[in-house]
This record gives sequence, C-alpha cells and structure tokens, in this order.
Amino acid sequence: MVIETSTPDLAAVRSEPTTVKDTAGYRTFRVVNLVALLIVCAVTLYPFLNLVAKAFSSEGYISAGEVNLLPRGFNVETFGVVMGDAMFWINYKNTVVYTVVGTFISMALTTPYAYALSRRHLKGRNLFIGIAVFTMFFSGGLIPNYILVADVLNMRNSMWAIVLPGAISVFNLLVMKSFFENFPAELEEAAAIDGLTTYGVFGRIVLPLSKAVLATMTLFYAVSMWNSWFSAFLYLDQKELFPVTVYLRNLIAAASNPAAGISGADTVQIGANIQSVTMLLTVLPIICFYPFIQRYFVSGVMLGSVKG
Amino acid sequence: MAQGAGTVATVPPIDDAPPAPPPRGEPRPARRGRVTWRQALRKDWRLYSFVVLPVLFFLIFKYVPMIGNVIAFRRFRPGGSPLGDEWVGFYYFDMFIHNQQFWQVFGNTVALGLLTLVVCFPLPIVLALMLNELRSRRFKKIVQTISYLPHFMSIVIVAGLVLQLTAVNGTVNQIIEAFGGDAVAFMQQPGWFRSIYVSSEVWQTVGWGTILYLAALTTVDDQLYEAARIDGANRWQQTWHITLPGIRPTMMVLLILNIGSFMAVGFEKVLLLQNPLIYSTADVISTYLYRVGIQSAQFSYGAAIGLFEALIGLVLVLSANYASRRLVGASLW
Repeated sequence: MVIETSTPDLAAVRSEPTTVKDTAGYRTFRVVNLVALLIVCAVTLYPFLNLVAKAFSSEGYISAGEVNLLPRGFNVETFGVVMGDAMFWINYKNTVVYTVVGTFISMALTTPYAYALSRRHLKGRNLFIGIAVFTMFFSGGLIPNYILVADVLNMRNSMWAIVLPGAISVFNLLVMKSFFENFPAELEEAAAIDGLTTYGVFGRIVLPLSKAVLATMTLFYAVSMWNSWFSAFLYLDQKELFPVTVYLRNLIAAASNPAAGISGADTVQIGANIQSVTMLLTVLPIICFYPFIQRYFVSGVMLGSVKG
Repeated sequence: MAQGAGTVATVPPIDDAPPAPPPRGEPRPARRGRVTWRQALRKDWRLYSFVVLPVLFFLIFKYVPMIGNVIAFRRFRPGGSPLGDEWVGFYYFDMFIHNQQFWQVFGNTVALGLLTLVVCFPLPIVLALMLNELRSRRFKKIVQTISYLPHFMSIVIVAGLVLQLTAVNGTVNQIIEAFGGDAVAFMQQPGWFRSIYVSSEVWQTVGWGTILYLAALTTVDDQLYEAARIDGANRWQQTWHITLPGIRPTMMVLLILNIGSFMAVGFEKVLLLQNPLIYSTADVISTYLYRVGIQSAQFSYGAAIGLFEALIGLVLVLSANYASRRLVGASLW
C-alpha cells in the first residue's frame, strides 16, 4: 500500500541489449545530453560556490570583481563579526522556535483532518474536502488577511501571526489524505472488534504505520517555516522577534538598495562579504540536512501526484 | 435537521445538499441510503472531533478574509470597523481602473507571468526527458540531487544570490568584462529585470519540477516502446509518439496549476529583488498592492485590487481546467 518510489530505470529497460544497435545519431545525442546535464549541474551549483568563496574572501577582492570560484585574500574574520552580533543569534533562535512550534501546530492540525477526510463513509466528507481545496484557488488576499491578523486578532508582534495563518498547507493535507486512503477499511473494522475506538485506531495503528509520510510532511512544514520571511516581515516590527530570514533581508536591503541614499559602490561592497557570511550561516542547516531529507521530499511530492 | 445541527456546532447544516457522487467512481453499496446527520454524528463523533479545529482554522484564516473583502466596497478607516464604515460601491475599483500606474503594473504582471510560464513550464519536461535517457543510475541520482537543491532555499537567499551575481562586480559582469564588454548595472536598468527574474525562476524551479514528470515517465508502458522499436521507430520518434503522449495528463495538470498562479507571479521574490529605479518593469500587481495597501495603509483600495487579482486567478484556473478537460480529457477535478 505504500507507494513504491524507487523509480525503475526506464532508460535501462529501453536500452536492453536488443539486436538493434544505437545509431550514430543517438550516440552523439547521448554525449551532448551528458555534457548538457553537467552544465546544468555546474550552473545550479555555481551561485552556492560563489557564495562560499565570497564568504571567505577579503572585501577588496570582492569589490574588484575578482572572486568567483575560489576565495581571494582568505579571510574568516567576518564570521567572527557576524557571529558576534547578538541580534543574529537572537533571530536565529527565533527561527528555530518558530519552526518547531509552527511545524508542531501544522502537523497537529493536518494529520487528524487528513485522516478524517480519508474515511470514505464520513458524512459531509466532500464538504470538508471542498472547504480546504477551494482555498487553493481563491484566497482572501493580502489586505483582509492583514486586517484580520494584525487588527482583529491583534497578533502583531506575536509568534502566533507567524505560525497560525498558514498552519495547514492544502497540498500537504491532500498528500496525507491520499496516503491514509490506502489503509484498508477492514483494518478499522478489525480493530473495532478488538475494542479500539477511532482514537485508538488512529493513535495505535494508523500513526505507527505512517511514520514515513509523517516524517515527510514534518519536513515539508519545517523547511517552509525555516525559509519563510514575509509574514514575519509583515507582522513583526520588533527586531528581537525577527527570524533570521528577516535579519538577512534587512541586511541585503540596506546594502544593495541603490535608492537608499549613499549609492556609492562602497556600501554595496562592504555588505557583500558580510552578506555572504550571513547567507551562508542561514542556509547551512538546510545544506547539511539536505542530502538526508531530499528523498523524503521527493517521495512526498510523488505521493501527492498519485491522486489529485 | 436544525436540531441535529444544533447539538454539535461543528457540522455546518447543509444536509439538503444533493447526495454526494461517489468519489472517483467506486461502486458504493446502495444499502447505506441516506444517513442523517444525527445518525452520522452519533456513530462517528470521534471522527468529527478530528475536523473541528482544522475547519475552524479554515473558517477563521481563509474564509473570514474572503468576507473581509467587502472593504473593497466600503470605506475602511484604521481604528474603525474591520469591515469598513460605509458603502461606497465600486469607488475603489473605479479608482484603480482609472489609474495609469495600475495598468502599468498590470502589464508588467502579465508580461512577467507569461514569460515565466513560457520558459518555466516546458523546461522541466525537457530536463526530465534528458535525465530519462541517462543509463548510469548513479549519475542520474547526482544530477537530480544537485538540481533539486535550489528548491530548498529561502527566497531571501535566492534573492541575495541573484543580487550578488548581478552586482557590478558580480560573476555576470566578470564574464562580460572577460569578453571585453563593459560592466552593466543590471539592477538599476529596467530593461534587465524580466530576464533576471525568469532566469532565477528557472534556476530555482526547473530541477524540482522534473520529479512529477520522472514519476510519470515510469508509468509509460514498456510494451509500447517495444512495439515502436519493432516498427522501426527511432529514439526521437519514440519520445515524440509514446513518451510525450504518455505524460500528457501530468503536463496538463501542471499547466493548469501554473496558469492558476499566473497572476501571483512570485510576489515575495519580486518584492525582494525590485527597487524604485526599476519599478517600470519590476513592479507587479502584488507588490504594488503591498505598497499602496500596507505601506500607505489604503486598505480599501488595496483590497479592491487584491480582489480583482484573485478573481482573475480564479477565472484563469477554471477556464484552463475546462479547456483541458474538453481538449485532452485531463483536469484537476
């Protein structure tokens, strides 16, 4: 019932050593293809490598436009400067707190809802699905949301403005729902005979059997929370509440806005090294975890594609 | 039924809705007949308890703002009623329809949206087909892993990288200078914004966009390829006549979704990348709305624009879905 995500290699199947040999044209194509994909990889990675190089370079070389792949004028002092900024750590800690709390709330809301929606006999099921799906295609818009959160619910400068308004992602909800739908109804019936209620089935049977999808969804929520900045930018105006993304955004905006008064090259350049270090420190956790979490994401997306 | 609904407040009283069609055509035993809400609640109250908080969430954070859009037709005063103080009809709509600047940002939105759609929709298909031709599974894995990476970056990071690469001393200008050209202040010239934005979208989304296509590619029946080979079809013909039709439903669904988000063109990224010098191309409806609505606190005017934008988005997705269902039989619902 778990969707097999390891993809059988189609190319391998198609290129079984049949009697037909590859034509010269196809052989050329394969070389071109290989080179093109290598270029894709290089282009994808370059901005990161450039970022690392700039983070370890001296400002002089950066502003002279001489830093690309390798650091010039090796310099680690900026790391000390950035890490010595108390606000950076306060904001970093905020990001961690928002991510943990936000992910927890999101999962606590999404999982039971998805399970209820997956039970086909539930009266009103289509209505409950419709309530969620409609919001994918029509939303109240920025201003009414702002008035609601900032004025009506009075969540300005509070963590709740960051973690609550986007707590349920409909995409994640549908992915989980289609996963739960694969649990056979007999399972519930059998469990009911053994005296388990819906809560018991959910807590003792369904959840333990869904660890993979739960992990995937947790990661989905956590990464998007870690990366989010706009709601914090919108609803928070006390520096000590900012997540690190807003810290970074303000740094970049201050350094690179040509309209911000002193548009001398200096402002931009002095920023470049500090910016690079801050950006590097912000993406570091994601980069470190990335190789391990990537496959969960891929399986999550494919799970979602199984059904609309 | 009214009393039944009254006992548990969470269930909206809509039981006169027509009997829901069985989802996805599963045969449904007729014996169940019509269960009343009262019976359903008595039997499944634990299940209904699971939906209470999420439904409240949707009502408060998604549907209340939809109702809040009435301020587009009412005069909103900060400190006054959150739903506005008095009716003004289409006053605010008139205001933006007769505003030159609005039509400029509207044009920018359409241009940027179309460009993004035209470039960013087909590229993942191409990349997926290229990956699919690789024989080394390990190399394929490596390319995939690398190309997915930008998807995991915060928009703030992406914008920061873009600004660095396009800076006067950034890599792009280093290349231009290496070829003997003069450095270009990309982010201060309106003419460059669209190319830069779309390139960054490509960088960020193309790899990740291949996942669904790669999954769809594995579902294409191998026998078709075999039959085609026997008929003498070369690889290109196999791709054109078998692979592409095989992944067409996926393509259509993604196209519809892309069209649906067309008007919302990467609001956060545009906001982070733009600066007043390049507003003439870089300002889109959503960022304009943010500036006049939130920063200048013209809530009613902003809400009118937002409502207009959301309605266009809804119409676009509905018509794309309809067209797709009629033309190729693939649709979201």
